[in-house]
Amino acid sequence: MMNHPIFTDNDPQKETITLNLGPTHPATHGVFQNVLEMDGERIVSGVSTIGYIHRAFEKIAEHRPFYQITPLTDRMNYCSSPINNMGWHMTVEKLLGIETPKRVDYLRVIVMELARISDHLICNGILGVDTGAFTGFLYLMEEREHIYEIYEEICGARLTTNIGRIGGFERDFNDIAFAKIKKFLVKFPPILKEFEGLFNRNRIFIERTSGVAPVSPETALNYSWSGPILRATGVDYDVRVNEPYSSYQDFDFDIPVGTTGDVYDRYVVRNEEMWQSLRIIEQALQKIEKEPKGVFHADVPEFYLPPKEEVYNNMEALIYHFKIVMGEIETPKTEVYHAVEGGNGELGFYLVNDGGRSPYRLHFRRPSFINYQMYAPMSAGMLLSDAIINMSSLNVIAGELDA
Amino acid sequence: MGKISNQQVVQSLTSKFGDKITIPTEPFGFLTFETSADNISEVLRFLKEDKELKFNYLTDITGIHFPEQELSIGVIYHLHSLSNNVRIRIKVFLDGKAPKIPTATNLWEGANWMERETFDFFGIDFEGHPNLVRILNVDDMTVFPMRREHPLEDPNRVDKKDYFFGR
Repeated sequence: MMNHPIFTDNDPQKETITLNLGPTHPATHGVFQNVLEMDGERIVSGVSTIGYIHRAFEKIAEHRPFYQITPLTDRMNYCSSPINNMGWHMTVEKLLGIETPKRVDYLRVIVMELARISDHLICNGILGVDTGAFTGFLYLMEEREHIYEIYEEICGARLTTNIGRIGGFERDFNDIAFAKIKKFLVKFPPILKEFEGLFNRNRIFIERTSGVAPVSPETALNYSWSGPILRATGVDYDVRVNEPYSSYQDFDFDIPVGTTGDVYDRYVVRNEEMWQSLRIIEQALQKIEKEPKGVFHADVPEFYLPPKEEVYNNMEALIYHFKIVMGEIETPKTEVYHAVEGGNGELGFYLVNDGGRSPYRLHFRRPSFINYQMYAPMSAGMLLSDAIINMSSLNVIAGELDA
Repeated sequence: MGKISNQQVVQSLTSKFGDKITIPTEPFGFLTFETSADNISEVLRFLKEDKELKFNYLTDITGIHFPEQELSIGVIYHLHSLSNNVRIRIKVFLDGKAPKIPTATNLWEGANWMERETFDFFGIDFEGHPNLVRILNVDDMTVFPMRREHPLEDPNRVDKKDYFFGR
């Protein structure tokens, strides 16, 4: 045990108390350890220890074919795994030069925006719990369940979705899926409105969150923050707008920004993003109507697995199936960086390829990892209860933090 | 795309640094060039503080290992100019035996954990880093696991050799 913060500094004359917040503490929603030096209720300094659920995804990815890396990405930000999945598919498509049909892009946009809503729902719901209001959380959890039912209809899974394939989707959305999406678009807005009614002008909530952990845009950029927490400081950086992927340029939506970057601003920005996501989904449904029906993947037989009955009855399909599974298709020797706007910020995939069937090197730019490093420095001087809601509003997901 | 073109970035870089940097390439429209460990601080500072380029956002730092190369360990920086909406990638290759490179923490606070992660997995010594200790792996680990010589699984296993799978 070298340099372990728990075992250091046992000086009997020291005037502060060492407090272990985590790794398993009900207030931290995940495996986070922070060793805090406390002066009464106030934090003097803190050290974050991370890596408790490190699973070496980057190493594993070097030994997996491209299509088997999707399940690894699920397990990073598991509150919005479809965004991770789609980001990975798009990275590979960029590498291979695959153009996806517009309908696929729009279907992906629907799934990604649903995932963003479910991600923000959790964060804002839990922020309510941490400030002492359980009701909002219970309202919202039911809606997350409805989003999961939509995932289930599309891909069969709920949390770790493994949704989509390189080049498109594994199957077309069925009628029930579309019906459920449309139902969600009708049922969800009143509930979100009610949730906002409970919190937005709530005196207790405002006094608890407003002015807590304010961050200036300069500091946020210096710490490479991204996502809603960066936008809450007033910087209008959103990957969907700066570098549109999956046809986001076809959509009309706003990027909400805050002013002070405190916990209340982050809450408001996330809520507004949910409204914008609903707008995007509505537009996507309209656009899909105009696209040819039944198109759910790009026409790339070298990379998209043929349907099973084709494999058994058709020589071509059998050959392609064999080639894809055995990895006998040449891929370009180059490097590619692709970023998507994840639930927590810029989720980047840096892929170096040597022409084999698996990446030579794959690095995930994980927003939670980069956003979280400011947590301990910014906690200094804060009350412990403020530090708890600060963590909850950063929405750090342990899986994405540790990869 | 961006408000300034990649050519403009290349021009101001080459006029400033000349042959201290390699000729930039553009895989998938992403400006990429190499430089050496001696020049990296200067290059990063110029990119960050230049009034026109304004690469003020450090997207990522990571490492890579090419065991067959003479300079086998690489450090890769991704920078982003938010106001111009241009990205740039800078690579530095280092001697594999004792890889050393100056830290970027004096330019960006955010480089702290990124460099710690790179140190943790590749053993790159970021000189001047305030707290260069392991971050994701256990403290008493002795190797740098993302280097290519470390296998993913027990090497004595025979049923899952890579060559069965085309690699």
